[in-house]
Amino acid sequence: MFSVFRDLVRYNLEFAIGLVLLFAVVIFSCLSFFSPVDPSMVYRVVPDQPPNLDYWFGTNSRGQDMFWQLSFAFRNSLTFGVTVAILSRIISIVVGLAAGYLGGWVDRVLMFVNDIFVAIPIFPILILFYLVMKTGSNSFVLAILMACFGWPFDARLIRSVALGLRYREFTRQAVFAGMSPLRIMWEEHLPYVMPIIFSTAMANMIWAIGLEVTLAVLGFTNLNIPTIGTTLYWANNHSALVVGTWWWIVIPVAIVVIMFLGLFLLAVSLNEYIDPRSRLRRMGA
Amino acid sequence: MANVLEVRNLKAYYLMNYFGVQREVRAVDDITMSIGRNEVYGIAGESSSGKTSFIKVLAAAIRPPLRVVGGSATYDFGGGIEVDVTAARDEDIEAIRWRHLSYIMQGSMSVLNPLRRVGKIFEDFASRPLGLSGPAFRQVVVDHLGRLKLPPSVLNAYPHELSGGMRQRVTIGLATVCKPQFIIADEPTTALDVVVQKDVLSLIKSLQVEMGSSIVFVTHDMSVHANIADRIGIIYAGRLVEEGPTRQMFTAPRHPYTAHLVASLPRIGDMARRPALEGRPPSLAAPPQGCRFHPRCPLAVEKCKTEVPPLATIGPGHRTACWRADDVRPLVGAEAAVHA
Amino acid sequence: MSMLLEVRDVSKVFHTGGLLAPQAVHAVSHVDFAISADKPEIFTIIGESGSGKTTLARMILGLEQPSSGTIAFDGKSLAQASGGERLKFMAAVQPVFQNPFEAFNPLKKVDRYLESTARRFLGLKHKAAMATAMDEALQKVGLSLAEVQGRFSHELSGGQLQRVAIARALIPNPRLLIADEPVSMVDASLRMAIVNLLRSLRDDFGVSVIYITHDLATAYYISDRLIIMQKGKVVETGPARVVLDAPEHAYSRLLRSAVLDTADAGDGNLRTDPELAALAARVASQTGRLEARADGRSVRVY
Repeated sequence: MFSVFRDLVRYNLEFAIGLVLLFAVVIFSCLSFFSPVDPSMVYRVVPDQPPNLDYWFGTNSRGQDMFWQLSFAFRNSLTFGVTVAILSRIISIVVGLAAGYLGGWVDRVLMFVNDIFVAIPIFPILILFYLVMKTGSNSFVLAILMACFGWPFDARLIRSVALGLRYREFTRQAVFAGMSPLRIMWEEHLPYVMPIIFSTAMANMIWAIGLEVTLAVLGFTNLNIPTIGTTLYWANNHSALVVGTWWWIVIPVAIVVIMFLGLFLLAVSLNEYIDPRSRLRRMGA
Repeated sequence: MANVLEVRNLKAYYLMNYFGVQREVRAVDDITMSIGRNEVYGIAGESSSGKTSFIKVLAAAIRPPLRVVGGSATYDFGGGIEVDVTAARDEDIEAIRWRHLSYIMQGSMSVLNPLRRVGKIFEDFASRPLGLSGPAFRQVVVDHLGRLKLPPSVLNAYPHELSGGMRQRVTIGLATVCKPQFIIADEPTTALDVVVQKDVLSLIKSLQVEMGSSIVFVTHDMSVHANIADRIGIIYAGRLVEEGPTRQMFTAPRHPYTAHLVASLPRIGDMARRPALEGRPPSLAAPPQGCRFHPRCPLAVEKCKTEVPPLATIGPGHRTACWRADDVRPLVGAEAAVHA
Repeated sequence: MSMLLEVRDVSKVFHTGGLLAPQAVHAVSHVDFAISADKPEIFTIIGESGSGKTTLARMILGLEQPSSGTIAFDGKSLAQASGGERLKFMAAVQPVFQNPFEAFNPLKKVDRYLESTARRFLGLKHKAAMATAMDEALQKVGLSLAEVQGRFSHELSGGQLQRVAIARALIPNPRLLIADEPVSMVDASLRMAIVNLLRSLRDDFGVSVIYITHDLATAYYISDRLIIMQKGKVVETGPARVVLDAPEHAYSRLLRSAVLDTADAGDGNLRTDPELAALAARVASQTGRLEARADGRSVRVY
């Protein structure tokens, strides 16, 4: 496992750069665990200070230290994105593999449900959710809700791979070797599906964080929890660009760009590595 | 040049470098041979013996990671057209492709574009090399199809509408419509039923005789070679180990591998137990020292493990690379009884 | 004399086309044969593509249901088998497929199929017991667990892979092996190892084999009895050597004449008798009936 990692870092520039970028953002967000300030408190420090030696990222109009504020914000947003990605991958793998391999009525029912979820517009539902829950909404429930919407497209992709694998001869041999359908799906077919899972997980994360930012900027999430979106909401609320506190918007946006770039590079380089065809070429087949 | 193809010390390796793993697979390791005009040369060998890579070089289909690292393969099509495919420019190869050099590949379906009608496929391949178009071109194609016993209506059909045998005939027609001097046939009959196989072979042979072309016929099936090849070359682990006239290769082989290949063929009417070759062909990335066949050879001695036997001429048109060529005997059959 | 496998008047019709233009493809028509449980034998089904031999094999394995007729194993019909009986059936009848490279997942090691078979059909739980069972089966085919363990499918040759596949099929101690063109994708030089192995399975281990092939030479070499199929119908059947030395039906004669012989190597004798080919094509669409002959064969006459 470690040698794989080392090989990737040494020989794949994209992976190395992506890793560095993402690592930087992750370390930054982990610093929030050691934060001396409470992010929900306002008017603790002198407001509207540009970045200087005391406050590396400056302070905002609400009197908060931007450095720690953003640290918390990125931690929350990253956790949120990872949660959505993992949950929706689980759903799409289960649905896709089951529909593709088992076929028959299982396939028809699952794809029927899939198409319904594709058709439902997600944005109004999320807004409705906020309006019902108001300040009671927390990110975890929001994450679950988003995961419920993030799986249909990928489930279809996985299903088409599974359909192709079902008729391959090694699947038949596995049946006659006494493997249960569950074991076949998990051990034989899942490795072929990994590249899709990986690249769509990254895309999913980017989508989830982006959607959260959209909701927050419009004011439809719990604004007391620091996330990237709520930071931008407050910045907008206090007319940051007009007033001149540019660091309130520019710095979070810059870090977001670095984060997305890192995720994208990782996804692309790992994808090539995991893809069964390139794996086989490496093994010498 | 009297020969249509001269191969000299040809070396082609796969050089791969993935994530720090370097592999050098010596697919073609120093092969020297020649093919004359109007001759069917059979190449026999197991899978992963390097014969497919050899054919790729001959067909000028050399793409990374396959690289020619030494030697040459020069064609002389007559009329002053001489091309060394290992060193030629793309334009030169385009000029000879299909007009002088064509190929029949295994698996007809993958050659024929399933979304194009047969007539259009002919146009794609042969219109430019022939320098004809429109009705003149169509007439040439229809005449040629007639030689293959295919009706002109085939031109309007899609490949999947034809039977397997008809598709293979279309592929043969495609390869021969420009009357090339050299045709490379890579396992053209391997996936076919017995009756269709014999038909296709007979068709290839009659076309060859009629056009006076030379054919390199690659297959692992010795019984096909017995009926179509004039000379046979045996490739093992990237090297040519024996080469000779067909009849002699079957009645008096001079390499233990050839003797095994010939003896392992079952024959109707003969219930004698046939020997099977043990072991597996060596990895071309790490071939054995000395003679590459020595781990599986029943006649191997100390010398075979360290010194590479040269491909030496032991009779008219007959070469073999074995230190103990004189001790090789046919293993089964009437010939075995004679020599026993 | 008890019967291991009884295929009685089995037919399979595939319905294609829509509601308004239905088409029926008669893949298998009224095939009838039986394999005895007392004496192991190699029973060969010869046919070209489109003859229905693969469909017949799939029906015997339980992968398809016959449209009419019955298939009974050990006297019990397959159609009404319960879950537990199906498991016993799968242990007793194992397949070997045509393409050894496709039969193993290229991303996984080959020994996991052996392990799974040992676990499921022999009910073994401990690693050591499974390893012993796997090694025993591999020894029967001339390999060993040490050679095969931890290897991926691309590290073995076609012949070796096919032998591993046969070893896997042997683990549950089956009484019948269905080998569907086991050597057609293996190099000609490696074929004899597999073919000899099938012979030794019958002689040394008492396993009956249904050998499906289009290669008459290997069929001649190892079969006891055979049937020749053309377009889903049996055209000739009987003891192997009797039928192949002197075939009677037009199609059988056509197949026999199409076999490439090495006897006159270098002569290039590739002519096929066009009248024979035409006759064989003509009778393909006729039905006729099977007539028995004195030397033990049956021929379809029209």
